[in-house]
Amino acid sequence: MSEKILMKGNEALGEAAIIAGCRFYFGYPITPQNEVPAYMSRRLPRVGGTFLQAESELAAINMVYGASAAGARVMTSSSSPGISLKQEGLSYIAGAELPCVVVNIMRGGPGLGNIAGSQGDYFQSTRGGGNGDYRQLVLTPATVQEMADLTLLAFDLADEYRIAVLILGDGYLGQISEALTLPKPTGKVFEKPWALTGAKGRKPNKVASLRLVPETSLEELNLVLNEKYKKISAKECRSESYLTEDAEYLLVAYGTSSRICREAVNELREEGIKAGLFRLITAWPFPAEALQIASAKAKKILTVEMSLGQMIEDVKLSVKDPERVDFYGRSGGMLPETDEIKRRIKAYGN
Amino acid sequence: METKNFKYVYDRPEALVDKVTHYCPGCGHGIVHKLLAEVIDELGVREKAIIIAPVGCSVLIYDYMNFDGCEASHGRAPAVATGLKRVNPDNVVISYQGDGDLLAIGTAEAVHVANRGENITTIFINNAIYGMTGGQMAPTTMEKQITATTPYGRDPMDVGFPIRGCELLNTLEAPVFIERCSIYDFKNTLKTKKAIKKGIKNQIEGRGYSFIEVLSTCPTNWGMKPQEAANWVKDTMVPYYPLGNFRDN
Repeated sequence: MSEKILMKGNEALGEAAIIAGCRFYFGYPITPQNEVPAYMSRRLPRVGGTFLQAESELAAINMVYGASAAGARVMTSSSSPGISLKQEGLSYIAGAELPCVVVNIMRGGPGLGNIAGSQGDYFQSTRGGGNGDYRQLVLTPATVQEMADLTLLAFDLADEYRIAVLILGDGYLGQISEALTLPKPTGKVFEKPWALTGAKGRKPNKVASLRLVPETSLEELNLVLNEKYKKISAKECRSESYLTEDAEYLLVAYGTSSRICREAVNELREEGIKAGLFRLITAWPFPAEALQIASAKAKKILTVEMSLGQMIEDVKLSVKDPERVDFYGRSGGMLPETDEIKRRIKAYGN
Repeated sequence: METKNFKYVYDRPEALVDKVTHYCPGCGHGIVHKLLAEVIDELGVREKAIIIAPVGCSVLIYDYMNFDGCEASHGRAPAVATGLKRVNPDNVVISYQGDGDLLAIGTAEAVHVANRGENITTIFINNAIYGMTGGQMAPTTMEKQITATTPYGRDPMDVGFPIRGCELLNTLEAPVFIERCSIYDFKNTLKTKKAIKKGIKNQIEGRGYSFIEVLSTCPTNWGMKPQEAANWVKDTMVPYYPLGNFRDN
């Protein structure tokens, strides 16, 4: 059995990336994710890897693009305003079908906002902040253990589907220290015959998204991408249903806000109120079917977010009788409160 | 005609794809592409080479080069080159960029790739204008030059003076080779080939960052015939952008 160790969320994520075989990291400092580059700069040279502090987030995501095009497992991390700067690169990465892992340890926005944890980038993450018809996988860890476990999963999913996988955490999750068991390598191996390694004994490879003749090729590419996205939607939805089987009141949340909801559910259950929690593990693809099952008996569905209402749109699109869906959120780095969640649930019963 | 005694002395480089380019008559890109392909063949690195295509007229360069190619978003070719080179240091990575790409939208990447001394080779095509988008002002557009966005001529008091790339990068410690050349006549074209060869050779030998600026032509957007465009490079650009080697360590 592996020992439990104490680590910060950001550092657990960094170590998990190394366990996953990531040997290239490019990034630019921004709070509250600075432990990730600091950790990678310490660890990567010791395992034969490359850490490079880029001149900007734009440069960092394009270094990721280049390293991925060369066939490497590669990661970058940032926080909300920095992730905004990476959107152009993410669109190119989608168009060129390059695998990579991008970490967003969200902080309050819009603009420079503040440095406290937030969930204000749900739209940006799930709708695509860059241009064009594309999607990216979005994983939403809620514990330090999951920061590590989902990082391993992220690298495998990225390689399997040749897609950017976004790990969507928040400043609280990045900074919190918790015990975890470091995951073991999954051992999955992915061939990359498309990688740019020099045209020795083969035809030249090209990594590009440009398709200049619209009727014959760009739509063709988009349809190919769309098939891939459909496959991911069918196969890769992940979620956790906690005490939902008989739940009359269902909380829906992800990440840090789901931990607050879990506490509220436990306390409500102690008072005999049938509350349950549906927690996203993938925000895209959105686990709509699982949510339908979890919400089958719910009189009310309370969506709880550290934003003023973004995930709620997916919740409403997914459940039957969406008029059941209500919202409670705090924004600008503030946290939803257990007591307020309980108060609202109890009010539904009156 | 009797040909059996003819000696085969000249052929299309293996590194150049046999196809018609989309470049305008008199454009310098085709010439520089061929020089690069010849150098790649002469140094025997076609199977190791990766060309980074910029955004601009040479966006399709990977369709003309018979080796691996990679697209980059506007201005980010040096960052993409860095990622590729750091993963596979044995590859020969060439960042081919235009003037808007390298000295406007991608200035930060251009400066920092040189400052890190990345072991890559940059070929910088300076034709004093944005070609692909229809002839707008470039950071290297000459004073008083008329473009689609400087209809009254470039006014340095309003939009600044043309930027000299070689001189800018020559303030940095790391680059090992910086040279400005041109393809406006045959003699200078041969010098350009020599500089490109030196730049690629430096990379093969692991010496560090090489930067070759080529003063080139854009007859279409300059509104000139090809020969007039070549003359304009010589008479208007060269006095402001002096040709020659700035560094050869």
